[in-house]
Amino acid sequence: MPLPRWLFSDRAGLVLLAVLAIIGVGVPVLNLLVPPDNPLHLTAYTVTLIGKYLCYALLAVAVDLVWGYMGILSLGHAAFFALGGYCFGMYLMRQIGTRGVYGDPMLPDFMVFLNWKALPWYWHGFDMFWFAALMVLVVPGLLAFVFGWFAFRSRVSGVYLSIITQALTYALMLAFFRNEMGFGGNNGLTDFKDVLGFPLHADGTRIVLFALSALALAGGYLACRWLVSTRMGRVLVAIRDSEDRARFLGYRVERVKALVFTFSAALAGVAGALYVPQVGIINPGEFAPLNSIEAVIWVAVGGRGTLVGAVVGAVLVNYAKTWLTGALPEVWLFALGGLFVAVTLLLPYGLIGLLRRREATT
Amino acid sequence: MSELISELDAAGMHPPVGPVDATHGILLYLEGVSVSFDGFKAIDNLSLYIGDGELRCIIGPNGAGKTTMMDIITGKTKPDTGRVFFGQTIDLLKLDEPAIARIGIGRKLQRPTVIEPLTVLENLELAMSGAKRMRGLMTTRLSSEERDRIAAVMDQIGLAEHGGRLAGILAHGQKQWLEIGMLLMQEPRLLLVDEPVAGMTPAEMDRTAELLRSLAGSHSVVVVEHDMGFVRSIADRVTVLHQGRVLAEGRLDELQEDPTVIEVYLGAGDAYH
Repeated sequence: MPLPRWLFSDRAGLVLLAVLAIIGVGVPVLNLLVPPDNPLHLTAYTVTLIGKYLCYALLAVAVDLVWGYMGILSLGHAAFFALGGYCFGMYLMRQIGTRGVYGDPMLPDFMVFLNWKALPWYWHGFDMFWFAALMVLVVPGLLAFVFGWFAFRSRVSGVYLSIITQALTYALMLAFFRNEMGFGGNNGLTDFKDVLGFPLHADGTRIVLFALSALALAGGYLACRWLVSTRMGRVLVAIRDSEDRARFLGYRVERVKALVFTFSAALAGVAGALYVPQVGIINPGEFAPLNSIEAVIWVAVGGRGTLVGAVVGAVLVNYAKTWLTGALPEVWLFALGGLFVAVTLLLPYGLIGLLRRREATT
Repeated sequence: MSELISELDAAGMHPPVGPVDATHGILLYLEGVSVSFDGFKAIDNLSLYIGDGELRCIIGPNGAGKTTMMDIITGKTKPDTGRVFFGQTIDLLKLDEPAIARIGIGRKLQRPTVIEPLTVLENLELAMSGAKRMRGLMTTRLSSEERDRIAAVMDQIGLAEHGGRLAGILAHGQKQWLEIGMLLMQEPRLLLVDEPVAGMTPAEMDRTAELLRSLAGSHSVVVVEHDMGFVRSIADRVTVLHQGRVLAEGRLDELQEDPTVIEVYLGAGDAYH
């Protein structure tokens, strides 16, 4: 089957997909088939770590779609990631059943601890996998749509919009910290046991979650690449570069924005939902404004408006974070800030831009 | 994905009103229009009529309200009072910018505004009209009919050889033509053209004049311009705006003898060169 043209001409994307396919197969092999005493063996810890990076990369792709192509600098995208994570975390909590500390068949431990007698209405349905999976898309998507509908219709844009998105994630963080919200307060949701009957700590389950993350990233990338290669993609660029021009050409800018923002939020939700079973916890800290800002930095480092750059940036910056927070924890935030300044000044088109420039000169 | 498409259709992509009715020979009516910003009257009881197929030039010193008038016609600014009609039946004050664009009013902005990272062809494709346009947004291909339309416009604006070039690397004059080409892709009845020859060489100006003259007749064209030589080369009728209202209207050579017009232009005399 020949490749469609929009994909065939996307060389960097094909490289990315090939790399994803290689690690999607290679990592499980190195973990399951290579014996632990072999230096090539990957530990379960490493597999989960790479899986985490892949989830971050999907979040970065979602950010790049709205920022790189449509010009909306969202400083609150981690909120959609966290909401997707909470939705899936609720399913995992319900799966614990009577194996919790208090052994209540219905109520998660933290509710028993708070002396709650019945499950809050919004927890119903989350014992079913399909419902939770649907909510992973619907909850972030709906919030993004309502938020976007009002913000874009009022023509809030630029730095003002960025500040509101930042306020949105901050408000959610404060709300989720409250025990009365019914999401476990500052402890969040944790102590998960299994997913669809498979124990979360088993190597096989971890491998499947890892492979699903790689698949989700590939799927999310393809969806975004396809979208930006259609006429719709040209409309997004027109909105980014001249909103007035797009309006005078007859495009309903605010509706296009709300739609794409919603799609991007749903993608971020999927990333969060895959992240939570791998790290084993979701708490209000995921709503922290800094998380959203970090996601923007990943995209800036990799190269805005390239999608592939978002993936590259997310993986590299997070690898650096893992390494630095282990080696020199107090340096990390300074390094992150310095990185952002350096990229803005020296590499306005990110690492991908650097590669393209090389290519153009040789 | 069907959800996305139905959402786009629900987004009101079809023209909200019927075809324009210019049976009385007038395409655009502005009557008693006023608008003020923070107490400053940008447009003051302005009345203006543009005939069907007419080419009209609008001149006036800075701050005369030319751009504000364009903003009102295209829905960007809502006037405090007055009526603005497109043909006999379409009340433009009830429509927003995209709706006004879709019923056939195209606007070239003062600064040439083409989408620089896209090619000439993609810019024209972006502007293409047609009821199926929004449904067709989820495609990567052009039909042969669409290709022909784009090729025809590229010919018309003299960019036939440049379809694959990025708009950002075009010469200044070519960008202006591309923007006019984008308006043509919208299949408008009325073209509002703000300063089309600013920064152009004399040769480019001549080609632009030729282009705009060729559009008159099948379109109504309203040109706002400072360059008097250019205005003389294209327009029969010229309207002079001053302090938000019509100061005079007529042939350019008559207006140049008009003492009130001369007075307004004192101190801005270089505009006559």
